[in-house]
Amino acid sequence: MKHFCQLFTELDQTTKTLGKIKALIAYFEKASDEDKLWAIALLSHRRPKRTVNATYLAQWATEVSQLPAWLFEESYHVVGDLAETITLVLPSQYEPSDYSLTYWMDFIRQLENKEVGEKKELIVWAWSRLSESERFVFNKLITGGFRIGVSQKLMVKALAKFADVRESTIAHRLMGNWSPDQNNFQELVYTTDEADISRPYPFYLAYALDTPVEELGDPSEWLAEHKWDGIRGQVIVRGRQLFVWSRGEELVTDKYPEFEVMLRALPDGTVLDGEIMPFKDERPLSFNHLQTRIGRKKLSQRLLNEVPVVFIAYDVLEYNGDDIRDWPMVERRRKLEELCSTDGKVLRLSPKVNFASWDELAEERQRSREYLSEGIMLKRFNSIYRDGRRRGDWWKWKIDPYTVDAVLIYAMRGHGRRANLYTDYTFAVWDDGQLVPFTKAYSGLTDEEIREVDRWVKQNTIERFGPVRSVKPQLVFEIHFEGIQRSTRHKSGIALRFPRMARWRKDKNIEEANTINDLKALLEV
Amino acid sequence: MELLTFTDKGIYCPEADVHIDPWKPVERAIVSHGHSDHAYPGHRYYLCTSSALPVVRYRLGEEGATFQALEYGEPIVMNGVRFSFHPAGHIPGSAQVRVERNGEVWVFSGDYKLQDDGISTPFEPVKCNVFVTESTFGLPVYKWKEQSQVMASINDWWNTNRNEGKTSVLTGYTLGKSQRILRNIDLSIGPVFVHGAVDSVNQIMRSQGIELPEAPRVTDDIKKEDLRGALIICPPSAVGSPWMRRFFPYSLGVASGWMKLRGTRRRRGADRGFVLSDHADWDDLNVAIRATGAERVFVTHGYSEIFTQWLNTQGLEAREVKTRFEGELAEMAEASTQ
Repeated sequence: MKHFCQLFTELDQTTKTLGKIKALIAYFEKASDEDKLWAIALLSHRRPKRTVNATYLAQWATEVSQLPAWLFEESYHVVGDLAETITLVLPSQYEPSDYSLTYWMDFIRQLENKEVGEKKELIVWAWSRLSESERFVFNKLITGGFRIGVSQKLMVKALAKFADVRESTIAHRLMGNWSPDQNNFQELVYTTDEADISRPYPFYLAYALDTPVEELGDPSEWLAEHKWDGIRGQVIVRGRQLFVWSRGEELVTDKYPEFEVMLRALPDGTVLDGEIMPFKDERPLSFNHLQTRIGRKKLSQRLLNEVPVVFIAYDVLEYNGDDIRDWPMVERRRKLEELCSTDGKVLRLSPKVNFASWDELAEERQRSREYLSEGIMLKRFNSIYRDGRRRGDWWKWKIDPYTVDAVLIYAMRGHGRRANLYTDYTFAVWDDGQLVPFTKAYSGLTDEEIREVDRWVKQNTIERFGPVRSVKPQLVFEIHFEGIQRSTRHKSGIALRFPRMARWRKDKNIEEANTINDLKALLEV
Repeated sequence: MELLTFTDKGIYCPEADVHIDPWKPVERAIVSHGHSDHAYPGHRYYLCTSSALPVVRYRLGEEGATFQALEYGEPIVMNGVRFSFHPAGHIPGSAQVRVERNGEVWVFSGDYKLQDDGISTPFEPVKCNVFVTESTFGLPVYKWKEQSQVMASINDWWNTNRNEGKTSVLTGYTLGKSQRILRNIDLSIGPVFVHGAVDSVNQIMRSQGIELPEAPRVTDDIKKEDLRGALIICPPSAVGSPWMRRFFPYSLGVASGWMKLRGTRRRRGADRGFVLSDHADWDDLNVAIRATGAERVFVTHGYSEIFTQWLNTQGLEAREVKTRFEGELAEMAEASTQ
């Protein structure tokens, strides 16, 4: 645990990529193979499931630290992180111990089948054996919210360097189904045998286009398609079995029974990249529809009828069992067209957007909303399929967002790096002379603006309700969002997609904010 | 009538017609220490400790105002009300203000800490009936480590940076924190330079007899090679300014009580956060309040609402009061252009 804790502290202390890679390599050099494997699992979102309820943890920490429950609660609102709050309120004294990361991971997992009383005893014992920084890591491991400030890409980079294996190879080997219980470090990192037939490829992700589109050069070198607003996914057919992966590296085959037909439509040894889209009567449905399916354990026939899904294929990564990611796109696309020609209902080819000039494409992009698309994807015809987020060959060119001017009426303390600051805001628009809340937004302001708003909130509070404060209606913000839906769950009757603060309109007073009717008018579009 | 009242100008003693740490211009002001949220300009008459006086005078200018100073414990009587200063341990010269009339004693804490920082006159508990306390870190998540441990980690960081050919830039408030660091750092590691704003305060403190090690001011004449591997002490506001360019490559450290929270550390964008505060932590706030023996407590700046509620559950009669004091917030935000 000491090494892992040191790794965590070092990763936390540096904002620089090189420093993080250095710290990771140093850890790989010191840690046992078992521990390395756990570290890799934790850094690639393979956390064990929660074995202790967070409410219990808070309760036990409150008892051990002899604080009233409300004071623990208030502390939590300020700190913005349960694991950290527990760490900080517990008495500083401890008896040093030297158990490994694997020991603690097993410790946490074996709590699952224990009685509450026994869980408590074990957790309290663990707290008494760990230093403040170890305790924090331990609490993070139990509460499951383990974000360590290092991307999977960076970890892969460090591991590749340490193991002297190509980065893309490591990235691929770490995809798919493995766990520290079933695999060991040597076989995971060094074995070339592709035993796991479900293993997906790392997704190639595009950056948003941040220069004028003309700077991409000759339009004839680029393929344009719509950017669909569903769930990016990979469909794998190997050994006469179908596997569907979402971009979050989750195996979601069971969630989309419609996709069974692809087992017949596609030959063995095929991997497609595409979008899982709700689609009905030859038209895409909005993302909200898909959301009604995501969380469901059981899919009723009614839901399947109401929100059918299709797979809109963008690319083919494997054909006849061969990795063809380094073929130029134009050739992969030809292969893809061939593969998609057999079904046409559930498996659909992502249509090309034809254009002769950038102006023409810009016009087409303006029409994106009519198709419920988020804008245009641009891919260079000769590009290979790379891994991770890269600049240069692929770009997303999203449509301009909707915009509304709204008044800040509630503020809540944030979490993580925004702890102890009022960063989570509720906004209102006018409805018949009243300000009615219609959306929350958390992002878009600079750190400096956040500090300024935070200070303002503290000085202009009307009332406090726990972590939330109602504030004097005075500040106006320009809110951007990607979509708008009727909603019965929200008082305002509408729900926004991806709302964020685009600008603080210091030049506007609250009378100039928009009205609910302005927003409702957008529903008609 | 209460001995002290809370007005929109500051804390006021009606009987003696004098304000304590007022934030709006008044006739007569008693000032607990030189930080800008306590020592405002514009008053006609200032009273502070003799060890705070040089800095207060320097910061406020002296046109038109009268300054008077007292030693710790030395009383002054105004219309039958007896005032005296007692060490608050916050920064050199900082004081609690004791106010007494007919045997009734009130103490205004100003900003304070119980830890001995090796440079300020250590905090002295003063018995009173009513205590006016700050609550900057009045939450049980704020608990400080021993100063020696914090200094050791600063030394380690500096040493590592130096071995890697990097300069160590450490931010801390100009008045108090900077001198505390300078006084306690391991000078055998390498040379220390300070920002101009810090140097001005250093010079004033040296001239009043406070011992501070040599630490030249960073000027344009100093060669870049001489700064390499050195420790630079500067105010937080210097970060991000062109002044910083000369130190490249450097590691940035922040010394503040707020660094206790991971969120704040990450938000600062610094390479390292050191939990070093000139305010009392949770445990020490409670210890200090108990030690006064006060039955009534007024809680000023900080987590005042929560801390007040806590004190009420502890059998004290506590009330929250709104002031313009900002504690360590002001210290973080203060401009370097002093």
